[in-house]
Parts: sequence; C-alpha cells; structure tokens
Amino acid sequence: MDLTQTLEIATCTDPGMVRSHNEDSIAADPANGLVVLADGMGGYNAGEVASGMATTVIVTEMRQILANARPYEVDQKNNEEIAARLVREQVLKANTSIFQASQSQPQYAGMGTTLVVCLFYDNRILVAHLGDSRLYMSRDGKFKQVTRDHSLLQEQIDSGIITPEQAKKAAHKNLVTKALGIDPTVEPELHEYPTKPGDIYLLCSDGLCDMVDDEDIGMTLSTLGGNLKLAAQQLVQMANDNGGRDNVSVILVRVLREYPGAKGVMAKVFAWLK
Amino acid sequence: MAKLILSMDGLVLKEIPLTKERTTIGRKPHNDIQIDNLAVSGEHAVIVTILNDSFLEDLGSTNGTVVNGNPIKKHFLQNNDVIELGKYKLKFVGEAAPAASGEKADFEKTMVLRPAAMKAAAAAAAGGGGAQAAVAQRQAAVQAAGAAAAATGIADKDAAPKAAPAAAPAAKPGGQPLGAIQLLSGGNAGRELELTKPLTTLGKPGVQVAVLTRRPQGYFITHVEGANRPTVNGQEIGAAPHSLKDHDVIELAGVKMEFFLKA
Repeated sequence: MDLTQTLEIATCTDPGMVRSHNEDSIAADPANGLVVLADGMGGYNAGEVASGMATTVIVTEMRQILANARPYEVDQKNNEEIAARLVREQVLKANTSIFQASQSQPQYAGMGTTLVVCLFYDNRILVAHLGDSRLYMSRDGKFKQVTRDHSLLQEQIDSGIITPEQAKKAAHKNLVTKALGIDPTVEPELHEYPTKPGDIYLLCSDGLCDMVDDEDIGMTLSTLGGNLKLAAQQLVQMANDNGGRDNVSVILVRVLREYPGAKGVMAKVFAWLK
Repeated sequence: MAKLILSMDGLVLKEIPLTKERTTIGRKPHNDIQIDNLAVSGEHAVIVTILNDSFLEDLGSTNGTVVNGNPIKKHFLQNNDVIELGKYKLKFVGEAAPAASGEKADFEKTMVLRPAAMKAAAAAAAGGGGAQAAVAQRQAAVQAAGAAAAATGIADKDAAPKAAPAAAPAAKPGGQPLGAIQLLSGGNAGRELELTKPLTTLGKPGVQVAVLTRRPQGYFITHVEGANRPTVNGQEIGAAPHSLKDHDVIELAGVKMEFFLKA
C-alpha cells in the first residue's frame, strides 16, 4: 500500500552551533509509511557511522519486506502482529550490524546510537524506540510526548528522586540506559497508537528537546502546521538560536487522510484476485 | 577533536590531531610526534586521550617537560596549554574549545550507561560515593558521581543551576528591543499588536499566512501558505525568512501594517 499521498513528511537535520560533525541520521520512506531517526554516539566519527548504519539497515530491510507483507495481519503462532515482529527484527538486525562493526574495527569500538522508528499502517502508528530520541504528537491543538526516554534522568523522575522541574536543570541529561549497537542483543520498546487525519507526529533528537521547551515546540507545530517544511526548519532554527549545543534533527509527519489496511471478505477476495 | 600545534620560534610547523589513545612524543622515529632535537629525549612524554580529556605525562625525560612555564610529571591538559620541549612548543587545543568549555562538552555528549554502571550510580545515589571502583569506564564514573551528587544534593538549590550548564539557553531573545506591528488599513486600522511570542502568525488561514519570528538577531517574516507571498516595502519576499527593520511596511492578505521596534 503506497502511503505517499496519505502522509506528508518533512525532515531537517543540522550539526548545531557547536559541534563540527552531525552524528544524527534520519531516513524516510513515504511509500511504506516508515520514518527513522538515530542519534549516534562514540568517538570521532563512530557516532555518525552507528546512526547511519541504523537508518540504512532499517529502511532498506523494511522496504524489501513490506513489498510483500501485510503488516496489519496477525501471526497465528504467537498472536503477535506482523508489523511489531518486523520492526523488532529489523531493529535487532541493525543492532547486530553495529555491534559487530564495533567489535571488529577498533576505531568503532563502543559506538552506539539512539533510535526512533515509526511505521504507519492501517490507521495506526507503531513506534519503537531506544534511548533519548523522542516521538511527540500534536492532535487537535494538544501537544504531548509519546515516548518515554530510556535515560538515567527519566528513571530518576519515575522513582521520584527528582521532579520534572529539577530534571530540566540536571547536568546528566545525556546518559541513556538503552541504545542500539552497544550489546549483542537489545529489546526495543514498542507501542502502537491509533492515528487520526490531521495529526502531526514529530520525531526529534535530544538536540531539539534539550534546547527548546516543549511548549515552544507545540506552539510552532500549531502555528506553522500548514507548512510542514517550514515548521521543521523553524524548530531547528529555534534550537540553534537557543545555543544549538548538540546536533538537531527533526522529522515531521502529518496524516492527511485515513489509511485502513485491507480487511474483511471483500478485501480478501480482492487480494486473492490479485 | 583535540589537537596539538607544533611550533618553533613562533613559526607553526604542523598540526597534530589527537586521534589515538596514546600519542608519544620523543626524538626517536617510532614516536607519534617525532621532534629531532637533542634537547628532546628518545621517549620524552606521552599524551593519553580518553574521550574528551587529554593527560600529558613525562616519561622520565632528561630535560623534563614544561607546561605553561611549570615543570610537570603529569598534567591534565586544558585548552591553550603550551607544552615546551627544548626550543619547540606544542599548543594544546581542546575540542570545540571556543564555544563550550571542556567541562561542559563532557556533560553534553550522549553516552550509554551500562547496567553495571547503573547499579553503581544507584548505589552512589543511595549511599553517597564509593561507586567509582565498580564502574569500568572512567567517563561513566564521572557521570555517575555527577548523578549521585545531583540526586543527593537536591535540597541545595544553589548547586543546581551550577551543575546544569546545559539547561540555560545561551541567548534568550530577552535582551533585544520588543517589536510590534500596527495595522494601517482594513477594518482594524490603528490596532497595535506586540510581538512578545517567539512566533506570531498573521493573515487569513487558507488565503495567505505569514509568520513573524522573534530571534536573537531580530525579527523575521516568513511566508507560510497561500498563492501570493507577503510584500515588505512593496517588494515580495522570497522563500527564506526576511529580516524586518524598524518602520518596514508589510502587506499581507490585502492589509497593510507597519513593523516597528519599541524603545
């Protein structure tokens, strides 16, 4: 199912004002409703290598598989939806590639990357994430964070050691507790949500949410939602105006119309006829 | 990436990036930085680089190693430190030095806290200290200690902002003069609108919309939607943000308005 006419996607990535390298990596496959954002880490250029591998592996593998798969179907064996299984498998594949590269090549030792993957299908969004890159959602003027960071800070907030207010000022924002490519295996966090036409989804690296308040991000999406490309550039510009200490990457996805997966008797007959 | 600038008598000879964990300095050819001068020992000194930090260590050289005029055995290199070896000078330039101090850069690089380090951090947070031994990675230890300090020192309000260089934006558009627009035509002619928000949209949705952005450099107008672009002083603006000057006249969706800066 081609989603090119269903999803409007705008992307923007920038090294920021301080860093010389851009260790973030973004990729979008509008036809398959897939967007991927990764924020790499590791010495010198290893961060770029890790994030680049993550986006490339996931997008190319998913593209091949989705050509012949129906993500909304349920796998009879373990009652799991195909989509969730596919995404998990590709994330694991990317993890293995990065981990092996970091083991075999000394200059890549210890590299890793955060990850957010979103797959749109059947009026739903499936999100998988690792680390502190985020997914936000704007619906009917309300803006909220969808993913919860895998970070020390988030764990401290959850356990009540610090309040979200203190967290804004905390020094150790940068410590993630899960990442891709660090260990031989990884368990991404997967969630699925229904989408509505008009929704805007924002994937971003911590370079955006550390530099710009959620409130300002939400306002930008509500005022500039009509022009997604401009909104993406505006978000990056705001992060840079506030100091731009880290690489900034954003992917904006707007749902233009309903996109139900083919189901029911008619659809089955139709699929069979094909 | 940190680097060394080798010079003699004020003449820059070369730049050496510190890509390796150990960069050796000496007279013999197997050194990473070979300085062929009799005042330099065969194996003179070594620079150990761990993440963003570099340490200089003298390897028992005959004439010693001098940093910023002081003889040293071991030294934590800071930006602009000058290492003297005989007639040669090596200037140390840290990573992204002009924009952020080394300390800040350390705290901002995203890093993974492995489960082992997590436990150490938790122990440190609970018991206060004693975590370092358990942490394999030096950087993780620094971070965990920072985390523990932050966790245990919550009551200390003064400490919080100091420990948080990342939180404070470098430049809030607070110091700049406030801009406003006054409508010159249309039904609401004479009305004034202060531009206090970072973004203000103008126009009619579906017909023509522009946005005024408030940035540290000043105010900008950008076209958002509609077949026609707004004009500034009679000139249609391009796709890129257009910088606004005091008393510029904007025309948008058939309405004229003047942009001005308030004192």
